[in-house]
Amino acid sequence: MTLKASQADLSVSLWRRAIDLLATFAAGSAVVLVLLPLGAVFGYLVYKGIGSLNWAFLSQTPKPVGEAGGGMANAIAGSALILGIASVIGVPVGIGAGVYLAEYGRNRLGDLIRFTADVLNGVPSIVIGIVAYGIVVLRQRHFSALAGGVALAIMMIPTITRATEEMVLLVPTAVREAAYGLGVSRWRTTISITLRTAMSGVITGVMLAFARVAGETAPLLFTAFGNTYWNWNMNQPTAALPLQIFVYAISPFDEWHRQAWAGALVLIVLIVVSVSAVRLVAGRGMLKGSS
Amino acid sequence: MANRAVGAHPLTSPELAVGPALAAQPPAKPEFLIKDSTSQWADRTFQFAMLACGLTVLLLVYLIIYELTTKGTLARHAFGWRFFFQSDWDPVNDRYGALSFVYGTIVSSLLALLIAVPLAIGVAVFITEMSPRWLRTPLAFTTELLAAIPSVIYGLWAIFVLVPLLRQSVQPWLARYLGWTGLVEGPPYGIGMLAAGVILAIMIVPIISSITREVMTAVPQQQREAVLALGATRWEMIRMGVLGNARAGIWGGIILGLGRALGETMAVTMVIGNRPEIAKSLFAPGYTMASVIANEFSEASGELYLSSLVEVGLALFLVTIVVNVLAQLLVWSVTRGTPARSHV
Repeated sequence: MTLKASQADLSVSLWRRAIDLLATFAAGSAVVLVLLPLGAVFGYLVYKGIGSLNWAFLSQTPKPVGEAGGGMANAIAGSALILGIASVIGVPVGIGAGVYLAEYGRNRLGDLIRFTADVLNGVPSIVIGIVAYGIVVLRQRHFSALAGGVALAIMMIPTITRATEEMVLLVPTAVREAAYGLGVSRWRTTISITLRTAMSGVITGVMLAFARVAGETAPLLFTAFGNTYWNWNMNQPTAALPLQIFVYAISPFDEWHRQAWAGALVLIVLIVVSVSAVRLVAGRGMLKGSS
Repeated sequence: MANRAVGAHPLTSPELAVGPALAAQPPAKPEFLIKDSTSQWADRTFQFAMLACGLTVLLLVYLIIYELTTKGTLARHAFGWRFFFQSDWDPVNDRYGALSFVYGTIVSSLLALLIAVPLAIGVAVFITEMSPRWLRTPLAFTTELLAAIPSVIYGLWAIFVLVPLLRQSVQPWLARYLGWTGLVEGPPYGIGMLAAGVILAIMIVPIISSITREVMTAVPQQQREAVLALGATRWEMIRMGVLGNARAGIWGGIILGLGRALGETMAVTMVIGNRPEIAKSLFAPGYTMASVIANEFSEASGELYLSSLVEVGLALFLVTIVVNVLAQLLVWSVTRGTPARSHV
């Protein structure tokens, strides 16, 4: 009797152990399956991109269809222009809103703004494009770098706001009180003590927001629109690296496909370098809300 | 005592200097008090400036709603609710119905969830409960790197790598073994609903797995210990102690992933085929709400055409808002009360 019972126990536990092993194996293979496309994307980018990447690509404007050569220099410059405009608008507003939430936002208005920022974060980028079209392009009556910059700024603001709030809240109250105790006024404390202390975290948030919008294409389709020539005027249609990649990728020409890969490689290097650098510099465990 | 005397000196000296005629006037305010009142003014200005930045966030969402509702009015008046239940999209005759886009958006997103959810939960379980400690951070970082790749690059990769792969090996195989379901039949173009679902799945795995990880780490350690103490194996501990308690939060992550998939534009536009049709087979090309805006907005001639596209955008906006708020509430229900944790 007793022997039988213990045998039964043993067999159950074997069965359970097998399930346990199977679960471990399944979870492990899920990791492999997820890392596979990551490896494939990066592998192909390097493999296809390196071959087409040369000095002409980085220094010339696109050639007409059928002609070999040419590059995306104007698109890289255009991206810089659009991202510059987006940062000039988005970074101060985002940081300001974050400071408001952290320092003055312990009330219902603060809760509302916090909630709205999260909502804004989830709005599809193509919808932001429609809005930027409505408030800038329709007023100006033509596509422009400014419209693209406004669209990207709208996308940067909620990310920066939430990151700033979180970082400023991490600063111990004792630090602020020390400043007050020395007779420093509140605004001066916020700028020179609190924000200064939280600076590395805030910069991280800004860089992540920047990296996120740097690759955005959808909101630029009908705001910045694209351009095959150099343009430094923010009231004119402007090329952007992601836009150019999109146009070339869906074109039927092999030469343009090669250039699309090269452009993608440049874009991903810019983004990954900025994201990883920021993670290394800013230290771990301070990056909540960044994904 | 000496200190007090020194401190008092600047206060008393002006009084000593004034003549008897002026002595009735209140003494001039000490310097530090004057400074304090100007800084009060500065404080208030600063607070207003920060408040203005905060209100900008509200203003932006208001602007989005305003732009979408006013510019979509024309289409709303012309078609009403029928807009979302008709599938003819005919710019030549100025008749618009968004049903095929709604269908494409829902099917591609659900397909993406079907593929992504098991993978994402598997990754989260492995990273939080199974992997050796030294491997955790690198694994978490690497999977989150997937989220940093821009949509357009996924699209590029999908056109030249994923689509040929689907066309040459996956689709013939699926058609042979699952063709009887009717879901996977027809010519294997490669481009189509299936390609869109797969690329979307790859794109939403990081968000789902990072939220799942977050809520799993929010489950108290005692839960794990209690289940283990009852003699459970590790998997039983994860299933009963961790996944059971984190269920609401994991649903939140899944719904957040759904929100991403619904609004995703570029990669889908590049591989879904962009044909406004409702087909049962996943091999057939389709069209999504985001893609139709991306493709046709800048070329839309005619006010009703543009207004219809804005109306599609409004619907997309409202759906993603509802989905995101729901997801947020679910995640909060699990992580509330636990200290904030990093995604990494």
